[in-house]
Amino acid sequence: MRNRRSLFALPYVVWMALFVVAPIVLVVVYAFSSADGGFTLENFAHMGDYAVVFSRSFYLALIATLLCLLIGYPLAYVLARETAGVQRVAMMLIMLPMWMNFLLRTYSWMSILEDKGLLNRLFAAVGIIDLGNLINGGLNSLCAALNSGPLAWLNGELGTQLALFAKRSTDMTFFHMINTPGAVVLGMVYNYLPFMVLPIYSVIVKLDNSLLEAARDLGADTLRVFRKVVFPLSLSGVLSGITMVFVPSVSTFAISQLLGGKNQLLLGDLIETQFTGMAYNPYLGSAISLVMMVVVIVCMAVMNRFGEGEEQAVML
Amino acid sequence: MKTRTSPLSRLFMALVFLFLYAPIFVLIVFSFNDSKSRTVWQGFTFRWYLELFQDRDIINALSTTLLVSLIATLAATAVGLFAAVGFYNMKKRWRTPLMTVNSIPMTNADIVTGVSLCLLFVAFFAAWQPVADYLNGAQSFITLPVKLHMGFGTLLIAHITFDIPYVILSIMPKLRQMDKNLVDAAQDLGCTWMQAFWKVVLPEIKPGVVSGALIAFTMSVDDFVISYFTAGSSASTLAMVVYGMTKKRISPKINAISTLLFITVLILLVIVNIREARQERALKAWQA
Repeated sequence: MRNRRSLFALPYVVWMALFVVAPIVLVVVYAFSSADGGFTLENFAHMGDYAVVFSRSFYLALIATLLCLLIGYPLAYVLARETAGVQRVAMMLIMLPMWMNFLLRTYSWMSILEDKGLLNRLFAAVGIIDLGNLINGGLNSLCAALNSGPLAWLNGELGTQLALFAKRSTDMTFFHMINTPGAVVLGMVYNYLPFMVLPIYSVIVKLDNSLLEAARDLGADTLRVFRKVVFPLSLSGVLSGITMVFVPSVSTFAISQLLGGKNQLLLGDLIETQFTGMAYNPYLGSAISLVMMVVVIVCMAVMNRFGEGEEQAVML
Repeated sequence: MKTRTSPLSRLFMALVFLFLYAPIFVLIVFSFNDSKSRTVWQGFTFRWYLELFQDRDIINALSTTLLVSLIATLAATAVGLFAAVGFYNMKKRWRTPLMTVNSIPMTNADIVTGVSLCLLFVAFFAAWQPVADYLNGAQSFITLPVKLHMGFGTLLIAHITFDIPYVILSIMPKLRQMDKNLVDAAQDLGCTWMQAFWKVVLPEIKPGVVSGALIAFTMSVDDFVISYFTAGSSASTLAMVVYGMTKKRISPKINAISTLLFITVLILLVIVNIREARQERALKAWQA
């Protein structure tokens, strides 16, 4: 009887075979094929040429994930302590931006971060840019004084060529923010922060209150309760949050194009040009996708193993 | 978990929400700007809202987005609901590997999902051509199209594929929480299993079904990458129109349409939340 009811899953199992498993098999096949259909390892031979793009993608995604964790964990923790009403409104506010497509939100950051953009206008109006010029000028004269004073004396004594940089710009009219790696990281954090907050929040909010009371009754202060009880128990949420932020960050292509300009090419951009660009080469594109997929899976497996170990250690 | 909140944590929350909403606020403000500039304010206007409704591309893209999201959500909810029930009744030996495959579209990078589906569709279309030729030659009742292209159909398949896992993942916990004896009791009292499902199981797991559908719809509306690789040139979603514009300059009409979408969703969510809060209060009053 029970087994017959499991047949309800049959349509979806067929669907998965067709549209989840088959496409991935196809990616693997393409990665090992040449344009004439034969087996080849050619596509992987030039992978080294893209080492810069690979390392840049993983580096930026790692920073973005860490920042998301640093912002997202406290937010989820603070939210879970709020009243039910505040929690509901806050959850709504976290989900709501997703209804404005992420391209639009990223586009909006362009107008904020541009050299003549809104943030620079704000900085100019409040005097932060003047302050920056002032600080740079101050640093310049300080360094110049040090150069001509103690350092000149030291150089004379030791025969060295030591000097401090004294040519900082003092006529800035804007801070250059867009088309930098920092802007790309900002775009990633902005877009994927909810994916960090939601899983952590949903774990913390379900924590058994009596565990915390027990810890407090046994004499633990707030920090200790957090370190020994709350954090270890919320680790599963943290791990899934990390996955949900890291994977889209490492493979994004629109964010890097909009906020990073032409110099911050990421893996996503590389794959996209193989499929839609002038250099149409789905074989190479599949190979790059496959390598990226494997690296990500290995990272996640290592992290999950590490996480499980932690959880067990806590339970012991 | 509940304890007091400090003003400091409130300040932190406010700052994060400021960060989340600043760009949206900018988008909305500049939808009323009487200039094409996206940084200089030139005065208030409704111009972009009026022009919006005459722009066939944007209106078409909007209807494609909403239609594909809606159909995909309905299909994914129906398939996902039955799949979840099936998985729930399955032996663990079978369920575990199937749930792993189920989570692939969620954990895999969007671009890999999009690209792999694109490869599948292209390969299928190439294989289809001789088959259609043969069938057209063998009979003359119906003429099958020989050349297939990516379009609304492939877009829909892709959306359904990445929506279903979210539906299943929000229904499964509700099924597990459900008291197993309820179904037995209903059947003892003379229900067939199907009746028990409609009258007992479905009301029990309804919150999971609703939230699964909501998440699926949100994911569909927010998606750009998978649509970009599976829609071909004949169908385009709002996100694809925006992406095409980013190469040059985005028209404030896009700001206007996003503002309209945003406000619609905001109003819907506020209504739902007020209703929920009221129901909860009524329940509390009733219990007290």
